[in-house]
This record gives sequence, structure tokens and C-alpha cells, in this order.
Amino acid sequence: MEILTKEEAKKIIDKVLAYSKADEISVELSGKRTGNIRFARNSVSTSAETYNLSLSISSVFGKKQGTSTVNEFDDASLEKAVRRSEEVAKLAPENDEYLPMPGPQKYLESKGFLDTTAKIDPVQRARFAKDSIIPVRENKLTGAGYLEDSAGFEALGNSKGLFAYNKSTSVDFSITVRTADGLGSGYGSGDFNDSALMDTKVATKVAMQKAISSRGAKAFEPGKYTVILEPTAAGELISFMIRAMDARTADEGRSFLSKKGGGTRIGEKLLDERVTIYSDPTDKDIPAKPFSSEGLPLEKVVWFDKGVVKNMSYSRYWAQSKGVAPILAPDGFIMEGGTASLEDLIRDTEKGILVTRFWYTRWLDPQTLLYTGLTRDGTFYIENGQIKHPVKNFRFNESPIIMLNNLEAMGKAVRTRGNMVPPLKIRDFTFSSLSDAV
Amino acid sequence: MNRRKFVQLSGMGAALFSSGMVHGKIISAEELMMPGMDATAKKRLADVALNAAKSKGATYADVRIGRYLRQYFFTKEMRVENIVNSESYGLGIRVIANGTWGFCATNDLSVDSIAKCAATAVAIAKANSEMQEEPVILAPQKGVGIQTWKTPITKNAFTIPVKEKIDLLMKVNGEAIKNGATFVNSNLFFINEQKYFASTDGSYIDQDVHRMWPTFTVTAVDKKAGKFKTRDALSAPIGMGYEYLDGLASEKTSILGKPTVYRFSYDMVEDAILAAHQAQEKLTAKTVVAGKYDMILDPSNLGLTIHESVGHPLELDRVLGYEANLAGTSFATMEKWESKTFEYGSKIVNFVADKTQPNSMAAVGYDDEGVPCKNWNLIKDGILVNYQATRDQVHILGEKESQGCSFADSWDSIQFQRMPNVSLQPGKEKYGVADMIRDTEKGIYILGRGSSSIDQQRYNFQFSGQLFYEIKNGEIVGMLDNAAYQSNSQEFWNSCAKICDKDDYRLFGTLFDGKGQPGQSSAVSHGCSTSRFNGVNVINTGRKI
Repeated sequence: MEILTKEEAKKIIDKVLAYSKADEISVELSGKRTGNIRFARNSVSTSAETYNLSLSISSVFGKKQGTSTVNEFDDASLEKAVRRSEEVAKLAPENDEYLPMPGPQKYLESKGFLDTTAKIDPVQRARFAKDSIIPVRENKLTGAGYLEDSAGFEALGNSKGLFAYNKSTSVDFSITVRTADGLGSGYGSGDFNDSALMDTKVATKVAMQKAISSRGAKAFEPGKYTVILEPTAAGELISFMIRAMDARTADEGRSFLSKKGGGTRIGEKLLDERVTIYSDPTDKDIPAKPFSSEGLPLEKVVWFDKGVVKNMSYSRYWAQSKGVAPILAPDGFIMEGGTASLEDLIRDTEKGILVTRFWYTRWLDPQTLLYTGLTRDGTFYIENGQIKHPVKNFRFNESPIIMLNNLEAMGKAVRTRGNMVPPLKIRDFTFSSLSDAV
Repeated sequence: MNRRKFVQLSGMGAALFSSGMVHGKIISAEELMMPGMDATAKKRLADVALNAAKSKGATYADVRIGRYLRQYFFTKEMRVENIVNSESYGLGIRVIANGTWGFCATNDLSVDSIAKCAATAVAIAKANSEMQEEPVILAPQKGVGIQTWKTPITKNAFTIPVKEKIDLLMKVNGEAIKNGATFVNSNLFFINEQKYFASTDGSYIDQDVHRMWPTFTVTAVDKKAGKFKTRDALSAPIGMGYEYLDGLASEKTSILGKPTVYRFSYDMVEDAILAAHQAQEKLTAKTVVAGKYDMILDPSNLGLTIHESVGHPLELDRVLGYEANLAGTSFATMEKWESKTFEYGSKIVNFVADKTQPNSMAAVGYDDEGVPCKNWNLIKDGILVNYQATRDQVHILGEKESQGCSFADSWDSIQFQRMPNVSLQPGKEKYGVADMIRDTEKGIYILGRGSSSIDQQRYNFQFSGQLFYEIKNGEIVGMLDNAAYQSNSQEFWNSCAKICDKDDYRLFGTLFDGKGQPGQSSAVSHGCSTSRFNGVNVINTGRKI
């Protein structure tokens, strides 16, 4: 599949818009090539490549909306799809919260598309896997990993004259290495827009080292511990918090941002003053699509500024009913960090637990954002600035709000799972029980 | 990476109802009722694929032509937020060449496209065989010829008018609000898989599978106190048609005048009214004192615990390490099974895997590699006796034929081992829930599915619920809040002290069970009767921020 240029996409969208007899119409055209390769027990298990180009049409009569999709692009098919969306709209119930479509917008430029990634083929995919499998085999360890790459574009147009276009690429890799006796397990991962930055050997080396050094874990009593959370672990809990920053649920009294007696906690200092978290679609490390599904521009938004709740996300409807501008939830976030490395944080720790990643993290209480989950694939005891020995995995019961109040130190932010997150040193992190899992 | 989708599929609450679960093109409700391609035409296309694969060097090939229909309703208070009608249609070819699997899929069903897709699948198999350490060994499966199978439904949900479904949800939401709910979200999920399978073994199987799930979440807010509580529906996702929503009185039971539970017929409006009252009651419920309790678990709660602590650990692909990078491995290792003495649970614990069980979600005639479905013991008198496997795995268990656990969630997904229905067998003596409560001194009775979490080898788990009742000296004394139980799978099943009889046996399960990379979703039921587990650790999940 060719990735359509801005001009090619606009031509198709304009043709579809011209077929409309509805009050309003919006058209989304997107195309994507995704490839993947999966391996386990040191052999490739599955591998696939898929192509998808599709067009989605939303027609509106009054407050009734209907959608149809099509993946054939001749004139007759396009017109038929427009008619179908109009028929569906006429039959749909009214949506009281429907707002007229937005007009033309200005967008920031995001540089998330790299030719190197778009050109990945099955041979290169196999090489990425081989680079990982060979060292694992040579070290008599067992690896299971997965690489997925994608290249695509999204274009959006509507009858109010709005037009938006963006293209992007991504490549994600993760590997879990286990020792032959099943007593050690380690994890490594990497994700980029540019596949030239992807070296599966690097993540594999980390996973192998963790697997070997996690053998012979000692059991520690559950309780409150100083922990160093690697960016993957810290980022998981923080992403739950960022995703829960919807203003409407806060106004409705059912969010961690709801205020006792009514209202929201905007402007309150909720976290340690060193915590600043923002999103920015033009960030060089995590470039993102600069517009929402409705075509509204995404810009830099500061969510927490020095621990203070600065912004919450507002849908168009909720923003209008509250008389504020819409603020859209981000694709990824950036937490400002320090300059120290993970090794520096370890060196400065008298006693603590190093956590590689979490697993099966689920909410317990949306009011306090209390989450439970387990440590996995590399949990170690630190004493006097050195990793002393592996420890058995723990279950944690903790809230990112409490965690970010108990901040001791931060390292340099790195990209993990589409976010920029520093390693964090946290005091009094709550481990509630032990797990025998390796 | 499809991490967000995976989280949504395995998560709870609002995130679960993401439109990201919809795979395919959006169509009208009327188009959902149109018949798909007839079986003769599908056989012709399947033969094109199989012949093309063989001519390129495949030693085995199977082809699946799938039409997947979905209709989802999303409402909030007195508003319809979204109705999704979708259709996904295409063909997937799986081959073995050089002892290695290869797969390719396309939604272009022209003869040329199918032949090209088959050639690509063989080329991928050959390319990947370079890194292959263990060639695929496929258990023999005699061709079954031309076969058909249908979920035995009495009301096809797709033929029920959209208006009737919206009216039902508006009544559910209206009654919930009238009875004390501050907010209510309600949903209907209907799924129809029209699956055609053919293989070089000589099987041509046409199947029509139906599943559905009505559900809601009621929220009660106390703004003054800055508190809110929710109560989810006690319905089950189920392998039935619209008849599940008939609300037959004969299929419901009120437990000591407190909660009402449903079997094969669900009264959604009544449950919403009860939920509204119970969400209000939860706002002022006593917070649990952490400690050891005897837990009485209703099937609506125990179903998920079975899924996580018995269903997943006994998946042979996990045991062998094929899921090590994401879902994890298993504590139920091969040597434990080989010993024939591993005490998974107490002597009264018997688990059966069953893909033939009526009304269950994993019930089909044949699995996605053409194996006729069956049932078999997983845990017998507390001892681990078997796993769940596919054709390329059963030789490891010394079995000569597959148990029929292969499943793909779409024509463009590669089939792999997925869970059959895994169910706890009821107690043999006459014994009901009221008897169980009467016989409990210090306990907690839990209903409904709540927060869940288990480690990557399925040892340590923590589950919550929707309704918690404190039991003292044989009586329910009031409602509790902020409770979750923590245990270890083996320890927990060995603490199983009593199981109610078959009259209390009900099915629960999950419509969106996530597994694999890229993530796939499957549906599975878990049957059980209310059961008691002695001396389980309960924690208090209350916090202040």
C-alpha cells in the first residue's frame, strides 16, 4: 500500500464531501501497513504483514449522526457509502450533546514519520528477531519476544472546510529472557518512531543480564519500602493518572480530581513540587498526531506544574457547557526529570528495592486512584548504593498520587511505551504481599 | 504495539467499552441480517487457497473464511451515546512448510488474491524456518467432510429492532435513576461469528456462533462527603440469543432477601433497580476489618477467579513458554502434571474443560483447526490431571488427538491455543446458599466481578467484587466496603471447604479475554455453584489522598 500524500488524500476526501446531502459530513481516510514477528523458545513462532486502507464517513442531520466505512475507492462505491451513512443517520436517535462540526484549524507540525521505518520488510524484521535470538541461544537462555512496526497516515476533512493530515511510523520491541532452570527472568524493551534507533541487541542484553542476576531471589517481608522504579514501571502508574484527568467526571463528583462538597481540585497542589507533567505533539522524542479525531488541534498542555493540577481534559461538549476551551487528552506525556542516571539513583540509595516493571496493574478504587499489581522480570535489593541480590516479586497496592507525594529523587527522562518518564526514587511504597512468580 | 487495546480488553469499567474493540467496517442494522456467502461458494474459494498452498510446497494448509458481525449499544443516563453495527469479512490461510507455520490474510476474495495470499503464507513459513529449532508436529485429524453447527438460540438478537433494544436500555437507566442512582451507563453487546473452515485433511465446516452480554454500571455520588460508589450488573456474558433478556422468574433466586441472582434468563431492569439501592447502601457501608475470613463466593464472583487461577495456568502454551513475553508462564509445570500427585485443590475440587456445554460462550461444534469439540477433566479430586492444548501441542502430553482448543478472533488473526469453558463441578449432596451462610461463623459473602490481578505465573492473586455482605454466626449482618481477597492459587483451591449443589450452578465468564501478541480477544464461560473457602486473607483497600 502506498502512503497517500496530503494532496492525494485531500482529493479523495473532497470527492466524498461533494456527494453529501446531509446537514454536515466528516470524512476520515487512513491507511496503515503493519508488520510483526513473534518468537518464543528461541524460535520464530508467528509473523505477519497486514495492509489496511479505509475511509469512514459521518453524516449528520440535526443531532442525528450515522457512520459508514468503505475500502473500495471507485466513484460508485464512495457515493454508495455516503448514502449509507445518511440512511443510518436518519434512523439514529438524537444525541442531545452533539455539537456542530468545527471549521478550518491550524495545526502544529509533528515529525513522527521516518522513511527508515516505513521501509522495513520481512527480511529486516527477521534480522531484528535474529539479533535477539542468537545471543540468547549462545548464553543457553530462553527468549520470547515481539517486534511490531507500522507506517501510516490519517487525513480528516469536513463540510465546514476543515482539513487535517498526518503521517507517522513506529517500531516497538520487547523481550523476556528466562534462565533454563526457570529461576531467573529479565525484561528489556524499546520503542521509537525511527527504526534506525532500534537495536534489538541492546534490549536483549539488558533482559539477559536481569535474567541471570535474578536467580536465587530472597523473600522480603511485605511492607513499606523505598523503591527505585525504572521508567517502564513508573510510567505505567503515571499513565493511569493522566488518563483519569477528565474534567467532566471530576465535575460529576466521581474522580480523584473531585472536590469534597462539589467542584474540582484544579489549582490545588496534589503532588510533590518537583513533579511537572505535560504533553506536546511536537516533542522531538515522542512526536504525536497534532489533531484529535474531530480535527481539533492538539497543542502543548501542562497537566501538573510543580505539583499543582494545572489542566484537565475537556471534551467539546463539556467545555462549551462550562464556558471554557476544549482541552484534549494526550497520546503521550512527558514528565520532567533530573540529570541523574538510573545508576546514580542506585548509588545514592542506602536501602531500597529496584523495580524493572509492573504486571497486571488494575484499579481498586477510582476515588483514590488506588491500583494493585505485581513486580516482574527483575526485582533487586539495593544496599549502600549497590545491588546486593534479587528479591522475590511483590504485589503492590499503591496510588500514583501517594507515590508522587513520596518522591525522593528523579533521574533523566527516557522514552518508554510512547511516554517520556524518569526513573523515580519513592519512599514508603506499599507492597502488600509476596509472589512466588519468576 | 497494541498495549492500549490489550489493557482495555482485560480491564474493567468504562475503558472496557471502547469502540477500539470493534474490528471491521461499519454497516447498518439491516445489513446485519443479510445472509453471507453460501457454503458452496465458500468451499470453492477454500479449495483455491488449499490447492495454491499445496502447489507452493505446503505440507498442510487450512483456510478460514470469516464474517464477523457485531452490534454494540452504549448509553449514559437518558442518552444513546453510540450504536455500532459492524461487519468484518475476509480469509486467512495458515500453512506448514519446512516444518514451520506461515500465515497470510486478505479481504480481497478474488481467486488471484487468494492464490497470492497462499503463496505469501508459504513464503513466510520458509523464511522463518531458518530460525526454527523445533519443527511443528501436528496431531492427526481425520477429515470430517462437510459439516454445519449453530449455537442453539431461540431469538436471533440481530433480528430484534434497534428501537426495542434502546427502549430496554432507557428503561434500565430511567429506573436506576428513579431508585437512587446519580449516573448510569448501560450497554448491550451482540456478536455473531459466521465461520467457514477447510483444511487439506478434507474438512469443510460451516458454523454460526452467537454470544451476547447485557451490562451496566450504576454510580451513586455523595458530593457533600466527596464520595462515590458503583455497582455493576450481575448479568453474565453468555452463548445465547436475545432470549437471555426474557427475565423469567423461574431462572432467578433471591438469597435471604438480599441479593438476587440470575441463571439462564436475566431481568436487566430489576437488577438495575437493585443496583441503584445497593450503590446507595455502599456509600455508608462499614469498612472491612482486614484479616482472615471464610469467603462465600457467588458464581458471579468466583467465575473470574476460576478464569485467572485455573483457566489460564492450565493453558499448555503458557506452560511451555510461548506466552512468556506478555501473559507469562505458569506455576502448573509439566513435572507437577507428570507426578499425578499435585494437589491443585482440596478433594472436593473437580474442574472440567468443556467446549460442548449449552449456553456457554466457548461452545462450538469444531475448533478453528477443524477438531470436533469435547470435554475432559483438568483437575480430578483435587489432582492436576490435564491441560488445554491444540493440534501442534498434544503430542507433548502423549495424546493422539487434539482437545480442540484452537481459536482466532478474526479471519486475519492467527489461530492459537485459547481457553475452553473451564468449570468447577457442583457438590454432590443437597446443599444451598442459605445452608452455607447458616454454617459460617465469621465470613464475607461476595457477589459480582470487581478488580482483579494475578501474577505472571498465576500464584499470587487479588480479587475484589461488587457486593460484600458480612456474615456473623450464620447470618448476614450488613454490607461491607473496601474489601479484596488475596491468596495463592494452590492455597486458595485447597481451602475450598464446601460447594453448593447443582441447583445453584450458574455460568459466568468474559466476553473479551485478551491474550497473545498482537493481542486477540476470546470469549469463555466458567460454571460453578456458590463455594466456601476457609481462612482467606482479606485486605482493606480504603485510602486517603
